[in-house]
Amino acid sequence: MARGAPGDRSLLAPLLLPTWAVIGLFMVVPVAVMSLYSFLTREFRGGVDWTFTLSAYDQFFFDRGLFGDERPRLEWAYISIFWRSIWQAAVATVLCLLVGFPTAWFIATRPARSRAVWLFLVTVPYWVNLLIRTVSLRFLLRDTGPLNQALMGLGLIDVPLPIVNTNFAVQVGLFYSYLPFMVLPIYAAVERYDFALSEAAADLYASRWTALREVVLPLVKPGIVAGCLLVFVPSLGAFLAPDLLGGAKTFMIGSLIDEQIKGSQGNWPFGAAVAVILMTLVLIALLLYARAITRERPA
Amino acid sequence: MHSAIELRQVVKRYGTTTAIHGVTLGIRDNEFFTLLGPSGCGKTTLLRMIAGFEDVTEGEILLFDEGIAGREPNQRPVNTVFQHYALFPHMSVLDNVAFGLKMKGVDLSTRRARAGQMLEMVHLSDFADRMPSQLSGGQQQRVALARALAPEPKVLLLDEPLSALDLKLRQAMRVELKQLQEETGITFVFVTHDQEEALTMSDRIAVMSSGRVQQVGPPREIYEAPVNRFVADFIGETNLLEVEVEAVEGGVARVVLPGGHRIACPAATTAAGRHHLSIRPERLTLGTLGGEIEGTVERVVYLGTDLQIITRLDGGAAFDVRLQNSARVAVPAPGTRVGLRLEEGAARLLAD
Repeated sequence: MARGAPGDRSLLAPLLLPTWAVIGLFMVVPVAVMSLYSFLTREFRGGVDWTFTLSAYDQFFFDRGLFGDERPRLEWAYISIFWRSIWQAAVATVLCLLVGFPTAWFIATRPARSRAVWLFLVTVPYWVNLLIRTVSLRFLLRDTGPLNQALMGLGLIDVPLPIVNTNFAVQVGLFYSYLPFMVLPIYAAVERYDFALSEAAADLYASRWTALREVVLPLVKPGIVAGCLLVFVPSLGAFLAPDLLGGAKTFMIGSLIDEQIKGSQGNWPFGAAVAVILMTLVLIALLLYARAITRERPA
Repeated sequence: MHSAIELRQVVKRYGTTTAIHGVTLGIRDNEFFTLLGPSGCGKTTLLRMIAGFEDVTEGEILLFDEGIAGREPNQRPVNTVFQHYALFPHMSVLDNVAFGLKMKGVDLSTRRARAGQMLEMVHLSDFADRMPSQLSGGQQQRVALARALAPEPKVLLLDEPLSALDLKLRQAMRVELKQLQEETGITFVFVTHDQEEALTMSDRIAVMSSGRVQQVGPPREIYEAPVNRFVADFIGETNLLEVEVEAVEGGVARVVLPGGHRIACPAATTAAGRHHLSIRPERLTLGTLGGEIEGTVERVVYLGTDLQIITRLDGGAAFDVRLQNSARVAVPAPGTRVGLRLEEGAARLLAD
């Protein structure tokens, strides 16, 4: 085959080089550095001392008393932060799915021309930085914000609803931040869906719900799974929403890592260890999902 | 005879456009009935209204004497073979065929057995565990057929099921479909734009155009006794001549041909005046001179089994003659003046 002709694969390697370089430089190397740091010793002014130890992980899982000489007990503080983060991310994912699926379905079933307009509208919030949007959300939800003022003006409530600094506010923030990541992949899947299949199901005596369960959902599942991953994974490590909308009781993994790396009482190996544990959890979740997609259902 | 489906003054409107203008039709039980027409004539809309995918704007559809207006598609004892098959891509061939039975609550072993029988009937037993994407178009077509027949519907609706297949396969499937219909005794309602398909398989055909039924009858009647220009022209090939009708008596018209000859022919009208005459090109013989119509040979087209002789009449109209390509035929050279003799029943006077 002539060089440069369509289908010529000899150019593939050089063309992929930038991609591999970026992934290598900005993903593999930092992850390797971070994993390495998690096994090093804490340097008190920030940074690390090159002595290998498992103490960061030990600190995460076990409580050995103030001077480290007691019998190790399981340390719940950090595990509960993880548990809360997973819970928050799961709730955010479910909320996004409940709202995102009908939205995506609606858009995908519009005539081709208006679909572009709807998709455009979904992406509009991304013109404004997430930080600014999250701060605005705080202004909107706070005691003296428009929401509470309006509710009090209408006489529905006497005292402002305490929304800011609660789990609920964090929930709203996560939901709002990541909703488009749910809508877009589901839209892509529904758009490819052949609606004649729904007719075929109805023709073969399936009710609407059965058709949805037996035919529609299995076929748009890849989109749903992609959407859930795109919401769940960033929600798990989210930092802005819990930081700006939540309070001390809504501490999440992102804030914990941030505090360890940037804070004056920071502990780099510990922060790195938390990040490695988070990453491991995400990987396990990804593997489970991958298995869920490829597994064939017996009929 | 018992009616499987009865359409009474069925009208379908989309906003201000009317797709179906009051269609009344009776489809008999155990009949292979074809809705034939060009694309956009409303045949598929009619089929989809019977299946329940489209609402009926006005009028009534009866299924075995029972109104089905308010019933969802899953409440109607009819099954559809879709144009592009619409097989469930995530299910095996067997599961596709068993789907309708599963929805009806038939237990696993029974529905598997029955689906297996259906696959045997369409000669696909070896493919039960494949996925639809691993089958050829013709095989997918058979799976769609087996899937629609498995729940034993009272009526099977087929929406241009052969249009995506290549010619050889299409011809083979025609015979198979007809056989299947006779074996199962199920009423088939078949939608197609292919007149050959309609003629070869149907017990009766309804020819449709622009949302109206133009003519209903057995294939022979549709072909040999078309009622109007649309039917005559759409089914097969024909020569249409505008002629003067002197009188119509007892279904027979006295017609003046362009050359001045007078003939008597069956008529689809009772009124004298100007009408169109349909003359099938294969019902003519070619002589040197004489005959009812005279013309000049313009061109001879070789079609393999046939020869098409394109002539021009003295009035200026083109006129086709089909001759069977046999050794006995003397092929006239272009420019020759010929006389065309009408066989018995070659001409038919149309209503318009």
